[in-house]
Amino acid sequence: MFWTSLLILAVVLVAAFVFGRIRAGQVVHGDVAALHSLPSFHGAYLAIVTVLPAFLLLVVWTIAAPKVIDSMVIAKSADAVSGLGKPELQAFIRDARAIAFGGIVGFTDAAKEQAASLYRAYDELSTQALWASMAILAIAGFAFGAKRISPRMRARHVVERTVMAVLIVCSVVAILTTIGIVLSLIFESLRFFEKVNFFSFVFGLEWSPQTAIRADQVGSEGTFGAIPLLAGTMLITLIAILVAAPVGLFAAIYLSDYASGPVRAVAKPVLEILAGIPTVVYGFFAALTVAPAFRGFGESLGLSVSSESALAAGVVMGIMIIPFVSSLSDDVINAVPQSLRDGSAGLGATRSETIRKVVLPAALPGIVSALILAISRAIGETMIVVMAAGLAANLTVNPLEAVTTVTVQIVTLLVGDQEFDSAKTLAAFALGLLLFCVTLLLNIFALRVVQKYREQYD
Amino acid sequence: MDATMSAAAAAARAPAAAEVTVDGDPVKMRGDKVKVFYGQKQALFDVDLDVRERMVTALIGPSGCGKSTFLRCLNRMNDTIDICRVEGRLTLDGMDIYDPSIDVVELRARVGMVFQKPNPFPKSIYENVAYGPRIHGLARNKAELDDIVASSLQKAGLFEEVKDRLDAPGTGLSGGQQQRLCIARAIAVSPEVILMDEPCSALDPIATAKVEELIDELRANYTIVIVTHSMQQAARVSQRTAFFHLGNLVEEGPTQDIFTNPRDKRTQDYITGRFG
Repeated sequence: MFWTSLLILAVVLVAAFVFGRIRAGQVVHGDVAALHSLPSFHGAYLAIVTVLPAFLLLVVWTIAAPKVIDSMVIAKSADAVSGLGKPELQAFIRDARAIAFGGIVGFTDAAKEQAASLYRAYDELSTQALWASMAILAIAGFAFGAKRISPRMRARHVVERTVMAVLIVCSVVAILTTIGIVLSLIFESLRFFEKVNFFSFVFGLEWSPQTAIRADQVGSEGTFGAIPLLAGTMLITLIAILVAAPVGLFAAIYLSDYASGPVRAVAKPVLEILAGIPTVVYGFFAALTVAPAFRGFGESLGLSVSSESALAAGVVMGIMIIPFVSSLSDDVINAVPQSLRDGSAGLGATRSETIRKVVLPAALPGIVSALILAISRAIGETMIVVMAAGLAANLTVNPLEAVTTVTVQIVTLLVGDQEFDSAKTLAAFALGLLLFCVTLLLNIFALRVVQKYREQYD
Repeated sequence: MDATMSAAAAAARAPAAAEVTVDGDPVKMRGDKVKVFYGQKQALFDVDLDVRERMVTALIGPSGCGKSTFLRCLNRMNDTIDICRVEGRLTLDGMDIYDPSIDVVELRARVGMVFQKPNPFPKSIYENVAYGPRIHGLARNKAELDDIVASSLQKAGLFEEVKDRLDAPGTGLSGGQQQRLCIARAIAVSPEVILMDEPCSALDPIATAKVEELIDELRANYTIVIVTHSMQQAARVSQRTAFFHLGNLVEEGPTQDIFTNPRDKRTQDYITGRFG
C-alpha cells in the first residue's frame, strides 16, 4: 500500500512539474524573460505544493495507522481482552493480525477471529481514508499552485527554501543516527554494569568471559577486566602505526615532491588499490603467510614466537593502512603552495631541507589527521586480528606473543547462539562503548595537537 | 673610434679577471646568447645582457615576453620546471652558473630571489629571517643569529615595526610588510645579487613606495635585477633598463635613455603605451 502510493505520488510529481512548466510559459505567451522565475522553477513549485503535503500525510499515516487500529480493535473486543496481561495481550494482537493479513498463527479462537475481521474492516477503511485524503490534498495543492503561477510569482524562492529544508532533514537524520547508536551503546552498557562493577571492568586485569550456562554446571563466575584487551589493541595498533606512518609518509613525500608526472600518475592509484583489498584477504595473508614466516625467522634466531603473534597482525594491519596515510598525506603535501617551495629554494635550500623545514610543518595538521584516521581504522579493525592475533587475553607488551583485542572479543562474545541478557553478551556493548570512547579521546587529543602546532599558510 | 678607445682603456684599468662592459662598469652577471625552451616552445632567443654590479637593472616588456624567464635563469629557478631547457652561457663573476660542477644551492645563496606574491613561511618573523642563515650555517651561536636577523630586518626597513613581536607569525603581517620580510629573508644569507620578480604587483601604493625606497637603499650593497610591469617603477628605481619583446632582448641601456630616447620603434611604442 505504501509503495503503491509512493509510486502514484511520483507520477503525479512528474505530471505536476511538466504542467507547471508549460503553464508558466503560457502565462507569459512564451516570453520567458517576463517571468520572475524560470519555467522549471514554476514546475518544481507546482510539484512541491501538489505532492509534498500528500507525501507527509502518507508517511505519518503509515507510521501511526497500525497503532490507532490496534487500540480501536482492543476497544471493540474489550470482553475478550479485559483479563489479559501485557504479554498475553500482545500475543492476542499478533495472532489476530496474522489471521487477518496472513502469517503464522499461534492458535485460533472465536474472539481472535472476531478481532481479525475487525482488523480487516479497519484496515480497508484506513486505506480508503488515506487515499481519499491524499487525493484531496494533492488536488487542493495543485489547484492552489496552478492558480498562483504568474509572472511575478517568486517560485524560485519557494523551491530553494524547500531544497534547504531537504538538506537540513538529511543532515539531521545522519546526526540522529549517530546519537541513537551512542545512546543504545550507553543503555546496554548500563545494563552490563548492573551485573559487573564498572571499575572492575575498566581497570580489571583479567578477561575470562565464560560463565556457567546452567545452574548445575561447574564454571567460573566470569571476570570482565578490559585492560588486557585494551593493551592488546594498543600493542597491535602501535605496531601497525610504526609500519604505516614512516612508509606511508615517505611514500607521500616521494609522490608529491620527487616523482615525475607519469610515475605519480601510475603509483598513486596503485597505492590506493591497496585500500581496496578486502580485510579478510589481509586476514588470511597474516594468518597463513606472515605469522608462520615470523615464527620461522624467530626460531632461526632462537626466539620463541607464538604462531598467532601481535607482531604479525600488527605488521599486516600496518600494510593495510599505508594507503590511508600515503594518499591523504600526499594530498595535503600537494596543497602546500608552490610559492613556499620556491621561496625556500630561492634561499638556497636543498629539496630535502625545503621538505623538512617548510613543507612538512605546513602540512602537519593534515598529516596528523591522516594518521589519526589510520589509527582509528586500526583500532576498529576486526578481521585481521580475529584471524592472526589470537583469542588469548594475555596482558603483555611482548609483540611475539599472542594477544587479543577489543574487536576480537566482541566477535567471539556474539558469535553463535547467545542469550541477550547475560553479562557475557552485554559485555560486547560495554566493549563497544569503551572502544568508541578511546577513539573519541584520541581524536580530541589529536585535534589539540594540531591546533597547537599548526603553521597557517595562506 | 672613441668608444673603442675608452673601452680598451677601461679594460686595461680593471683587474684582470673581472669583466667590464664597454663603458667601463664592472659586470656582475652576464648572459651570452641565452636560449630557453619550454618543451618544444622557445621562450628566449639569444639574449645577451650584462647585469652591472651595484646597480638596479629593470627588465620591462609586455606579458609573456620572457623577462621573468630570464630572471629565473639567473639563479636557476627554472631547474624546478621539468620541461625547461637552457642554452647559451650565463656567468656570475665570470663563472658559468650552468656548469655541471656548480652547486645550485651555493648559487642561490649568492643570487637571492624575491617573488611576485609575498610568500613568508608559516613560521614566526624571526624564524623566517633565520631560515637561510640556519641552512647555510652562517651563525655560530644564537647571539650571532640574533644579530643577523636584526640587521637583516633593519636593512629591509622592517625592524622598527616588528621588533616587539618577532615571535608572531610572518603570515600575520600586512602584504607590504610580508614583502619586506621576504626581502629581509633574502638579505639574511648575504647574497651578492637579489632578483625581484614584480615585487610590488601585489602591494598597495604606499607599501610599493616603501619597497621602492628600500630597493634604492639596497643598491649600495647589492646588485639588483627587477622585473616590473610598471614603467614608472622602472624609471623610479633602476639605473639600467632592458626591454624584452616576444622572447627577444630589444634594447638595453641607461634607464633615462630608454625612456626619453629609445632607439627601437618597439620600445618607443611600448613605453608610450601603444601596446602591452
